Amino acid sequence: MNNEKGMSEIVKAITSLVAASIMVFGINITFYGHLTPGGGFAGGLILAFLFILYYLAYGGDEELAKLPFKVNHILDSAGAIGFLFIGTLGIHFGGRFLYNFMKGGKAFHLLSGGIIPLENIAICIKVGASIFLVFTVLAVFRREK
Amino acid sequence: MIELLLILCIVAAIIAIESKNLLSSIISLGGVGFSLAIIMLFLSAPDVAFVQILVEVVMLIILIRATINRDVTEVKCKREFFGMIFGMALVTVLLGILLMGIQTLPEFGTALVNASAESVPAKYYIENGLAQTGSANIVTGVLLDYRAYDTLGEATVLFTAIIGAIAILRKKKTNE
Repeated sequence: MNNEKGMSEIVKAITSLVAASIMVFGINITFYGHLTPGGGFAGGLILAFLFILYYLAYGGDEELAKLPFKVNHILDSAGAIGFLFIGTLGIHFGGRFLYNFMKGGKAFHLLSGGIIPLENIAICIKVGASIFLVFTVLAVFRREK
Repeated sequence: MIELLLILCIVAAIIAIESKNLLSSIISLGGVGFSLAIIMLFLSAPDVAFVQILVEVVMLIILIRATINRDVTEVKCKREFFGMIFGMALVTVLLGILLMGIQTLPEFGTALVNASAESVPAKYYIENGLAQTGSANIVTGVLLDYRAYDTLGEATVLFTAIIGAIAILRKKKTNE
């Protein structure tokens, strides 16, 4: 361990190497949720892992956690409201909650499934922000006493 | 194979309960989750296995981080006799009710899709799912189209849990 915060130099280097791949994987899982296994929940979890990995590797303290804490509140609520908004539009267009009002697109292609990819993105934002908030609250703010 | 994994699951759960060291109980809890994920893969449910592994990993990270921050805790007090008896009785009654419920399910390993009844919803989903929802992954189609309020409830549960955790664990302002 050197004097800097966080884990050793090896962990930091590997974190910065794999970070882009993790992010692409999470976004891929979210966007292709209507074609392959996965979906908004799993994609959001993977994106939250990325931030947790950064946090653990670079050893942020409470000051570092304050900014994502503020942003995550907004993201968490925005995801939930987005999901509700798209679902309520279904009531307006088709009379049922989550009615799939956007038909069209070829099956087995990325642009298909109507509102399902949009819902997946909203869930991804919501879950990712939520899980990182849990991590922040349980693992960071408990430290000082 | 599934039976072996189930036995591993039960053994890990018993270790997690009986262990005096909090860190080792968390790790054996992880064993329960990962063997459940592999069972889901054997039952050909990749969606469930995927989410199970991810949730297991995040749970382990958060719990280990939260326990290691305090010093490693050892549980020293003994169990109360009356509480243990009461718990065992409660578990027996609940297990009986659960077994009664299981008997109404179809036999293990027989897919509902092959059932002859016309009213089985799984058959309907597989036959009409792609045309009606446009989603090739039938699990996502069922979750986000047929079961309208399912994901809404899940999101609400998560949201409430976060709000509760923040409300309990936030920094208290001291009036000086």
